[in-house]
Amino acid sequence: MGVEIKVEKINAWYGKTQALFDIDLDVLANHATALIGPSGCGKSTFIRCLNRMHETLPGARVTGRVQIGDLDIYKGTSATQLRRRVGMVFQKPNPFPSMSIYDNVAAGLKLNGFSNRKQTDEIVETALKSSALWDEVKDSLHKQSGASLSGGQQQRLCIARALAVQPEVLLMDEPCSALDPISTGKVEELIFQLKSKYTIVIVTHNMQQAGRVAEFTGFFLLGRMIEFDKTERIFTNPSDKRTEDYVTGRFG
Amino acid sequence: MSNQAVPHPSFGGPEPDSVAREQVKTAANPLLGFSGGEGADTAFRFAMLACAVGVVALLGLIVYQLVTGSQLSWHTFGWKFFGSSDWNPVEDQFGAFPFIYGTLVSSFLALAIAVPLAVGVAVFITEMCPGWLKGPLSFTTELLAAIPSVIYGLWAIFVMVPLLRIWVQPFLARTLGWTGFFSGPPYGIGMLAAGIILAIMIIPIISSISREVLTVVPQNQREAALALGATRWEMIRIGVLRNARAGIVGAIILGLGRALGETMAVTMVIGNRPEIAKSLFAPGYTMASVLANEFSEATGDVYLSALIEIGLALFFVTIVVNAMARLLVWSVTRGLPARSNA
Amino acid sequence: MPNSVRVLQISLRRRVMDRFMTALAALTVLLVLLPLGAIFAYLLYRGFGSISWAFLTQIPKPVGEAGGGMANGIVGTVLILGIASVMGVPLGIGAGIYLSEYGQNRFGDLVRFVADVMNGVPSIVIGIVAYGLVVLRQKHFSAIAGGVALAIMMVPTITRTTEQMLLLVPHALREAAYGLGVPRWRTTLSITLRTATSGVVTGIMLAFARVAGETAPLLFTAFGNQFWNLHANQPTAALSLQIFNYAISPFDEWHRQAWAGALVLIVLIVAAVSAVRIAVSRGTLAGVR
Repeated sequence: MGVEIKVEKINAWYGKTQALFDIDLDVLANHATALIGPSGCGKSTFIRCLNRMHETLPGARVTGRVQIGDLDIYKGTSATQLRRRVGMVFQKPNPFPSMSIYDNVAAGLKLNGFSNRKQTDEIVETALKSSALWDEVKDSLHKQSGASLSGGQQQRLCIARALAVQPEVLLMDEPCSALDPISTGKVEELIFQLKSKYTIVIVTHNMQQAGRVAEFTGFFLLGRMIEFDKTERIFTNPSDKRTEDYVTGRFG
Repeated sequence: MSNQAVPHPSFGGPEPDSVAREQVKTAANPLLGFSGGEGADTAFRFAMLACAVGVVALLGLIVYQLVTGSQLSWHTFGWKFFGSSDWNPVEDQFGAFPFIYGTLVSSFLALAIAVPLAVGVAVFITEMCPGWLKGPLSFTTELLAAIPSVIYGLWAIFVMVPLLRIWVQPFLARTLGWTGFFSGPPYGIGMLAAGIILAIMIIPIISSISREVLTVVPQNQREAALALGATRWEMIRIGVLRNARAGIVGAIILGLGRALGETMAVTMVIGNRPEIAKSLFAPGYTMASVLANEFSEATGDVYLSALIEIGLALFFVTIVVNAMARLLVWSVTRGLPARSNA
Repeated sequence: MPNSVRVLQISLRRRVMDRFMTALAALTVLLVLLPLGAIFAYLLYRGFGSISWAFLTQIPKPVGEAGGGMANGIVGTVLILGIASVMGVPLGIGAGIYLSEYGQNRFGDLVRFVADVMNGVPSIVIGIVAYGLVVLRQKHFSAIAGGVALAIMMVPTITRTTEQMLLLVPHALREAAYGLGVPRWRTTLSITLRTATSGVVTGIMLAFARVAGETAPLLFTAFGNQFWNLHANQPTAALSLQIFNYAISPFDEWHRQAWAGALVLIVLIVAAVSAVRIAVSRGTLAGVR
């Protein structure tokens, strides 16, 4: 089941440039939370702080406290341990090109040293069903390479890959920005179903998408979180002028 | 957009996943405990660092071996070693000048022949030839680089040298004999043969690196020249060659480095006599050749040390030449502007 | 080409020049291809004319006797190359991984520069070094000494091509693996290196082909041997050494054998390179772009 996320005073830097300023945020378990804002506002940087992905870039730095479930992620744990509990789906689908569909989904298990063949089979099937890709690929699991699927299928494959590690939280960084409308619809439907089991944080530049999939929405601007509220409220009656300007399309 | 009330459509049949998930959870928990995180990462990083240090250490090892090995000779002969022409193993007298001379003459002769050809090939392939021919042509010229040196030598002995002896050298003697460079008996074997075979061997490296340099000349330089009404040749001369000059010089120096150290083919055709003659028909000897011929037979300590000192000198010269060439080529291919007045 | 009517006079001279230079450049190509064609044609002609079953299966006969072959040289070459690969390939790949994954610093630049410069060190000089390192200590020539020399020559090429191939792997793939909680070392080996396998192997084969025909560094390391030898620390025959010795000998029979040896050497190199290429493309090429 999903767990809740508590973020306190997160600051992040790229070299000398500060990208995030004192972000506080509480994410409810088993809900979808959307982060919106113009490009460069720090929303992607922010979710990359939630699975300690930010620090893999040269010169990048984070301060602050993030509590995911019972885990204080910048203290009592290693980044790799954490990332097994917090899955991530990226902007562009990035299946491993040298692996079959099956191996792609099983990658997280195999590469982490899990080698039970029978259980792996089950997990792969479950994950592919959860990502609504099973019916399309079940006959070519081993024959077909992950890279040979269509863009939308690739993204669902990447979701399955993330789910196979049995995470509690799923971070999605503009998962539909590289997809066509039909594929986008499928992925959105999927997000909708997945939140019964996972806590989902999704970054999107598409406000309608935030409206369709998320119960809560945060608005980012220039590295600060301007406003965080129920999605309906953000879109219909925001309390900050800047949020209103953004959601009504006056800039960004 | 409240969706808590929306019933979840079951996907993928009658909830097989909740069952599997339960099983998995227990099975996967040891997985989550699987460590090999930070510790293994650090170990891996150090192992890779060790390999990188190993590469640098190899160079250090080369220098160390050569320097310690040549100590005896250096102490015995000092700088005189490089100026003396006396190479007499019986009397333990060693002077490397004829070998240095032979190495320089054969290498520069090779450059004189190879550079126009190699640059011509590079220009033709990048700027002139139809697209479908580019691939095959560059592949074929690079094939030249894949032939082992000893096979070049074999071919040179049995095909090129007779041709030189019977046709080329008599012709050169008749037409250019008055210069003194092409006189004396046409043996076939000698400095000229060494220069030609070296030229054939270094053409691929000069032309492939020149090609690399030519292709990174920005398209707008070409277009600027064409827009002024230049013909294709003028465009190449003004827009391309001028911009690529530093890189092509680098390619040529790299070719020189190859020629200086080339051993087998030269040894097989140069004649192996430590003589200094004006005529290119005469036999000669190079630093690499004397190593090839005498190293395994060197009996005395001084003899061996003298040979190693020749190796050290050869190493030092090729290192300097290569470092220079690399810097020149990098300055172009890395997008730094080549100094146009250099 | 915008040749307007008004500048026709100049333009004619310029156009002739243009044509002339194009023809000249084409001529250089012909001049370069000529020796290449000649070498290959002659190699095939003399090689096939001289090769025989005995050549491939027998060891050299004493001077003056007809027949005999280079079987010991073929085996020796394979042995020496095997030793060289075992030592050179892991070191080169490791250094390449360091450069692409951790080497964006001054030390990385130093390693790159050293590797490039080492590529230009004459092979005969490497031979001296291997002589000092191995032969002087063991007090005799050996296949191991030859292997060390060739390994030193393979390392720079493998290092640089491995680095370049790993850098071609998109960062997104590394992130995908990190996102699954895969440790960095595992990601590098199982994702980055695996994705780049075909390129890395090409680099290895490039290095392999370069040293396979090397003669100079073997002259006083492996030294050569007229008889069978399978002991890695005994003087060992190599095809290239035998070609050299036979080529400069005064015997026609040995000249013929030198040509046959040259043909076998080329075929061996091409076969090894293509075999590995095919094996690799079967394994991984399916998915790589």
